[in-house]
Amino acid sequence: MNPSVDALRATFGPAIGRALESCGDTIVYVGREALLDVMAWLRDTPQQTYDYLVDITAVEYRDRERPLEVVYNLRSLTRRADLRVKVELDPQGDLTVDSVVSLWQGADWLEREVYDMFGITFRGHPDLRRILMWETYAEGYPLRKDFPLRGRFSRAEQVRQALAAQPEAHYSLEELSIAEAYEELPADMKERLRHGERGRLPDSE
Amino acid sequence: MSKRTVEIELATPGADARGQPLRVPLGVAEPPDVAAEHMLINIGPQHPATHGVLRLVVELDGETVVRVIPHLGYLHSGFEKLGEYRHYNQIIPLTDRTDYLSPMANNVGFALAAERLMGIAITPRCTVLRVIACEMSRIISHMVWLGTTSIDLGAFTPFLWAFQERERIYNLQEMWTGARLTTSVTRVGGMMADVPDDFVAGLRHFTQTFPKTLSEIDRVLTRNGVWVGRTQGVGVLTAAEAINHSLSGPMLRASGVAYDVRKDKPYLDYETYDFDVVVGEHGDVYDRYLVRLEECSQSNRILQQALDRLPDGPVNIADPRVILPPKSRAMNDMEAMIYHFKQVMEGVKAPVGETYVGIENPKGELGTYLVSDGTAKPVRWRIRPPSFINLAALPKMAAGHLLSDLIAINASVDIVMGEVDR
Repeated sequence: MNPSVDALRATFGPAIGRALESCGDTIVYVGREALLDVMAWLRDTPQQTYDYLVDITAVEYRDRERPLEVVYNLRSLTRRADLRVKVELDPQGDLTVDSVVSLWQGADWLEREVYDMFGITFRGHPDLRRILMWETYAEGYPLRKDFPLRGRFSRAEQVRQALAAQPEAHYSLEELSIAEAYEELPADMKERLRHGERGRLPDSE
Repeated sequence: MSKRTVEIELATPGADARGQPLRVPLGVAEPPDVAAEHMLINIGPQHPATHGVLRLVVELDGETVVRVIPHLGYLHSGFEKLGEYRHYNQIIPLTDRTDYLSPMANNVGFALAAERLMGIAITPRCTVLRVIACEMSRIISHMVWLGTTSIDLGAFTPFLWAFQERERIYNLQEMWTGARLTTSVTRVGGMMADVPDDFVAGLRHFTQTFPKTLSEIDRVLTRNGVWVGRTQGVGVLTAAEAINHSLSGPMLRASGVAYDVRKDKPYLDYETYDFDVVVGEHGDVYDRYLVRLEECSQSNRILQQALDRLPDGPVNIADPRVILPPKSRAMNDMEAMIYHFKQVMEGVKAPVGETYVGIENPKGELGTYLVSDGTAKPVRWRIRPPSFINLAALPKMAAGHLLSDLIAINASVDIVMGEVDR
C-alpha cells in the first residue's frame, strides 16, 4: 500500500474514504468536496510531489447500484511513485466535481472528454464543451451504460440531422464572435448557441 | 463606410470616338482597414499539413497567430465503447486501429494490461519478441514523422529515404503477421504466431543497414540552414510547462525531462537492455527532431541486443484456459476441443479488479486502464492516448508565432488522428 494514503488520512481525516490495492496499484477514495484541496496537497507537499497528472477518466459499472467513479491517475516524476485517486458520484444525483485545470493544464482536454462521454460536469473548467462529439450532438453521453452501442437515434434520423446541419454549427460561439459573424446568423441558431450550444436541434422532434 | 469606385487606366488603353483613352471601371471596393481586423481561417479537416482529419480554427493578426482552437472527433470510432462488448482477445484488433502508425506496440500495451489483470506471466521468448515488436514500431513511427514533417517544412528527399526504411520494416511485419498495417500480433498470454525462420536474419540485416540511412538524414537536415531556421526557437515549452501539460514521450524529453517509462517503470525486462534515454535541452521543434532521430538509433541498439538474446522455447504460456489449442488438436482431441469451444464462446475471464499499465509508445506514454467485474468482457477499457494529450498543448505553443510556424509546431507534436479521436 502506498504510504501517501496514511499521510492523506492524517491530514484530511474523514474526507478520505476507503483505500484498497488492485494488481499492485493503490486506489484511494476521496470525498467530492475535498477533491481540489487533496489534489493541491498531493501536488505541492514536499514528501508527496505528485507533480504529473497521467490521466483522468471515469467508470460506470454494469451493476446499476454502484456509483459512477471519476478516476485520477497521479504520478510523482521525482519519486517514481503512482497513486490513483477516485471520486464517487451518485448516478441519480448531481454529477459535478471540481475541475483540476487550475493545478494541471493537462486536465483541460481530459475533463472535456469525460464530460463529453459521461456527462460529468467539472466546476470551474474554463471551457467545458464537447470535444470528440460535435457540439450539437443530442443523443446523450456515449460511454454511459444506458447508451445503446449503435446510438439512440435511428440511422435515418442520424443521416437526416447530418444533412440538415448548418455550416455555422461547426463553429463554437467563441469562434463566431471572433469572426463577427454571430450577428448575421439566423435567429434560431443564435438562440441555440446562446443556450449552451448542446441543446437538441430545433427540428429534431 | 462610404463606397467608392476605383478607376484605373489600362496599360494598353483603347480610345473612344473622340480619341480619349478609355476608362474602365473595375468594380466596387471598400478601402481595407487591415490594422484592426483579425482574420479567422480554417486549416483542415482535409489538409495535408494537419496529418489527418484535424481541424484548426486559427485567429490571425496579419500573419501572426493570436489563438488556435483545435476541433477533434472527425475520426471518432467509439473504440472504448466497442471494447465493453468484446472479449479481451477480440479487443486486440481494435488496438491496431488507434495509433495505426505503430500497431504492434499498441497490441503489446493492451496484452500487458490484460495479463496483469489476470495475473499471467509470459514466457521468456515472448518477452523478447514483444520488445522487438515495440522497437520496430518505434522506428516506423518515427520514420513517418520524419518524412511527413520534412515535407511540411519543404524538404522532400528525407521523406523518400524514411518511407523506404519503413517499407523494409513493413515487409518484416508482413512476414511475421501476414498484415502490414493491422498486425494484431499479440494474444493474452502470448503471441498470435512465432516469428518465421528467416525473420531473424531479415531483421538483423535491417539493423545493420538502417544506421546508414539515419546518418544520411542527419547530414541532410541537422545542419541545414532552412531546417534550422524553421525549427529552432519555435514552439518552446519549458520543463515545468511540459510536466504541467502532462506531455509524454519525445515531447516531454525534448523539454529536458528525463522520463522514459522503459527506464522508470520497466516492463518486458527493459531494464536489462543497454540504451540511453534521449533528452533535449530547449524544448523547441528542433530538439524534438533531434530526440526522435536519436531514439531511432537507440531502438536499433535494442533490436540488436534483443536478436542476440532471443531464447528458444515456447512463445505461448502452457495454460489451455487462456491459449487456444492448435487446430489439429482441437479437431482430434476431445479435451482440446472443449477448451477451444469454451474460449471462443465464453472468452477468457478476468478476476474482479482493475489495472493501469503504461508503456513507452513512439508518441508517448500509451496507458491501458482496464476494469473487470469478473466476466470475460471489461467493464471499462480506457486508452490513455499520448498524442491526444500532447496535442492539447498546441494552442499554448503556437500563440504568437507566424502561421507558417504553426505548421511546424503541429508537425512536431507527432499526432495520429486515429488515436486522438479513437
